[in-house]
Amino acid sequence: MTGLPVLSLLILLPAVGAVLLPFLRAAQTARWCAFVFLFADFLLAVWALVAFDASSAAMQFGEHYSWVPSLGISYRLGVDGISVWFVLLTTLLGWICVLASWTSITTRVQEFMTCLLAMQSLMVGVFCALDMILFYILWEAMLVPMYLIIGIWGGDNRVYAAFKFFLYTLAGSLLFLIGILLLYFNAGQSFDMLALMDADYPLQLQIWVFLAFLVAFAVKVPMVPLHTWLPDAHVQAPTAGSIILAGVLLKMGAYGFLRFSLPMLPDASHYFAPMMIALSSVAIVYGGLLALVQSDIKKLIAYSSVSHMGFITLGLFTFDAMGLSGAVIQMFNHGITTGALFLCVGLIYQRSHSREITAYGGLIKMVPLFGILFAAFLLASMALPGLNGFIGELLVLAGAFGVSGWAGAAGVLGALIGAAYLLGVYRQMLLGPATVPGGAVLGDLNPRELACALPLLLFVIWFGLYPKPFLTILQPSLDQLMIQLTPSAVSP
Amino acid sequence: MDLTLIKTSVLLSGPEIIIILGACVALMLSLVPRPGQGGLIAGLSLLMIALAAGMSATLGHMPQSAYQGMFVIDGIATYFKLLMYLGTALTVLISGGYLATENTDKGEYYVLLLFALSGAMIMVSGTDLLIIYIGIELQALSIYVLVGFLTRNRRSNEAALKYVILGAFSSGLLLFGLSLFYGLTGTTQLDAMAIALGNAETGDPLLVLATLLLLVGLLFKVGAVPFHMWLPDIYEGAPSPVTGFMSTVGKVAAFAVILRLLMHDLTSLAPIWRGAVVAVAVLTMAVGSLAALVQTNIKRMLAYSSIAHGGFLLLGLLAGGDDGMASVMFYLLVFTLMNLGLFAVIVLLNQGAAWGEPIWDFSGLAKSHPGLALITLVLLLSLAGIPPTGGFFAKFYVLVALVESGQVTLAVIAVLFSAVSAWFYLRIIMLMYMEETDHPAQVSMTPALRLALAVTLIGTVLTGLFPAMFLDAAQTAAQAATQAATQAVAQAGLG
Repeated sequence: MTGLPVLSLLILLPAVGAVLLPFLRAAQTARWCAFVFLFADFLLAVWALVAFDASSAAMQFGEHYSWVPSLGISYRLGVDGISVWFVLLTTLLGWICVLASWTSITTRVQEFMTCLLAMQSLMVGVFCALDMILFYILWEAMLVPMYLIIGIWGGDNRVYAAFKFFLYTLAGSLLFLIGILLLYFNAGQSFDMLALMDADYPLQLQIWVFLAFLVAFAVKVPMVPLHTWLPDAHVQAPTAGSIILAGVLLKMGAYGFLRFSLPMLPDASHYFAPMMIALSSVAIVYGGLLALVQSDIKKLIAYSSVSHMGFITLGLFTFDAMGLSGAVIQMFNHGITTGALFLCVGLIYQRSHSREITAYGGLIKMVPLFGILFAAFLLASMALPGLNGFIGELLVLAGAFGVSGWAGAAGVLGALIGAAYLLGVYRQMLLGPATVPGGAVLGDLNPRELACALPLLLFVIWFGLYPKPFLTILQPSLDQLMIQLTPSAVSP
Repeated sequence: MDLTLIKTSVLLSGPEIIIILGACVALMLSLVPRPGQGGLIAGLSLLMIALAAGMSATLGHMPQSAYQGMFVIDGIATYFKLLMYLGTALTVLISGGYLATENTDKGEYYVLLLFALSGAMIMVSGTDLLIIYIGIELQALSIYVLVGFLTRNRRSNEAALKYVILGAFSSGLLLFGLSLFYGLTGTTQLDAMAIALGNAETGDPLLVLATLLLLVGLLFKVGAVPFHMWLPDIYEGAPSPVTGFMSTVGKVAAFAVILRLLMHDLTSLAPIWRGAVVAVAVLTMAVGSLAALVQTNIKRMLAYSSIAHGGFLLLGLLAGGDDGMASVMFYLLVFTLMNLGLFAVIVLLNQGAAWGEPIWDFSGLAKSHPGLALITLVLLLSLAGIPPTGGFFAKFYVLVALVESGQVTLAVIAVLFSAVSAWFYLRIIMLMYMEETDHPAQVSMTPALRLALAVTLIGTVLTGLFPAMFLDAAQTAAQAATQAATQAVAQAGLG
């Protein structure tokens, strides 16, 4: 391993782009510039993944500089087998977002691309941060570019959606901050995540901190009943915004549980596990039922996200090796598939300006390339064996049945409902006689659009058929998590 | 008093003397009206402020007492003075353009600003209740006139009159409290008073009354609820740069006095005021955040926002200790930068009449003036406490001090109101970035305003990205002051 500060570069590259971009005059240059920066970032992330030592659960590519010494805040980075995958996912979706907005965003292109670059810098930072305050700052700062992306380039009701998104997440995060401070003073005034994980906290404190963290993460995931911002934000956001939201931002809530709640507060996690499992089961079924009755395709996918994210939180709180790894796999795969679904919806919306499911029909005949891709992503989202969604859902269900028959049953029911609405979309939009809103003749995907969809398809098939490399890198970190999760010998 | 003592005293009060001399020279100059005179006097004011700043920096943090213990240069005084120089210099920079637009480019304006500054400086350096009171009045009288400086503007006149009446009322309460303290302890000097109060019975009704009167007088000055009624009207009516000055330098001076009296010298009174201040702080944050939600005039909105920030600052007082004190000091630095930055934007948008005050005048700013909109965005985010701006670290540090002292409930209340207050800052951002308008703002940028915007922007970003050096400055100052106080008490105990 070289002494190159890979993670800092990963964070700084898009940031540099964000600073340069506003000075560009031509919109086309801005697009290319953003693309180049984000693609380079992606290549760097791939390189980091290749150089990653899969045999170790330790944090790798570590960097550490003191930042605010008097408060013990430092700039501390590192990735383990879990976060390295999310860095890859973030950077992959990053440049796809640029391509997806190439022609759909025509106003204030420079500002839009600046927001995308800033988002990417902050998101990668969140997954690399090993200092709680650094994490918090990046996590919170992310709200701003996302707020602007929804609010400026969104649909008709964008301002309302942007406000709702911002305030929900902000209110949650601020309690998270208080939780961090409580841990800080109980663990000897350190914001170092690894030190905070090693410290032992009394159960009473853990419970309060867990609740504070829960609000922040449950809003982000989102868990029922804090999910109401999501459909609004998704429907109003431009395609790139939806991809980032579904692909990365939602994962951050789950990542928060994984990185903070479980290892730092194992006793409270066990204490609250029944509640979390119940909430997750409700989310799976309720989100699925809501998705079932939607006529707006974006809303449908948004509610399906609520349901799928329910699987993830369910898996996390089974505390079972299978459930946990299923949850993490599902996190990654949900990012790929849902991102891809929003991409497809964006592509078709740009052609016909309608999101009504029933307005479409027979797309597979009219635009075969698009139809095949869309079909593949729908089936992957449905967890068809052989595609990427299957393994995660299976493992989560296996874990869930080990803990509670009811939760397992809810999971199965959710999967069935999922099949119902996704197949419904499939049948309505792709099969049957060709109908298009307004009767326009749609053109099939051009090379640029293929270039954003095909890499996602590659991951869908690769992880469906041969997930071993993924699991190899993941496993040591998950084992480590399982050790941390052991309740601290039922200490009084 | 022998000659060396007089010399030391004069030397230590050098910054005040420089500012007052500068004010006098400016007053002479302004007696002979000439076109373009405003710029000259503004330049002179800046020069004087720079000289005073240099002198304050040289005098440093070491506690040195002058005028027989009535005046002190210590960490608190030097820190707050430097902060007030910054605030006043920024006010001078943003005033030029505003006065020109309003056709009142008179030299007296800067004279009054300098007098107000010297009053504020005396407030933070005074260690005798009378000196502090003189500082408060000198500052207040100058600001009364400044508030009514737009003589042809009814709102300005009304605001000045209201301010005079209410200000006099609050000064009366304060003075009553001070006189009771004198009666109880037989001295007006803080260190002697601290010793006298050291073993006083905190249940003594007279002492309770004296403390409450003192508290009410001071809370009135910072506009804490329920003594905040005057603030929105006066903020709205006053000329915008004066509002900026009041909300920053005025607030800094008032908080400096609060810190010195309640946290530094008269700490033994804490059991008396604690409960009251908890209630006031929570109420202040609540009223400030909630009332700001419905304002449609940017200056009124900022008035309520400044009330809410005042509530947050009171939390630092409740946190106590060096960290609590340092958190208030750091918060005030950041607040000065971001608030004056926003007032610079208001001044820029001001086009005579009422332009630049209804919040709708911010509509479409991102399209017509992207750079200005970006600066405003950063300042607003900082006011809302969103990282990575200075506003985040200011709030964060107060929260750290609060949680450290075990007052988690207060911290939770504080962050909830902080989330509420984000709404109205976001509303301005929404107007700038998401609304279209047929009448884009007309902006006439002057070099002075450009400089003011640059300083506030850079300051807001720097305090957010590299808070360490600013925090350390505040912490060192607070610790130095506390140490000096403990030593003094120890010496007094020995003697």
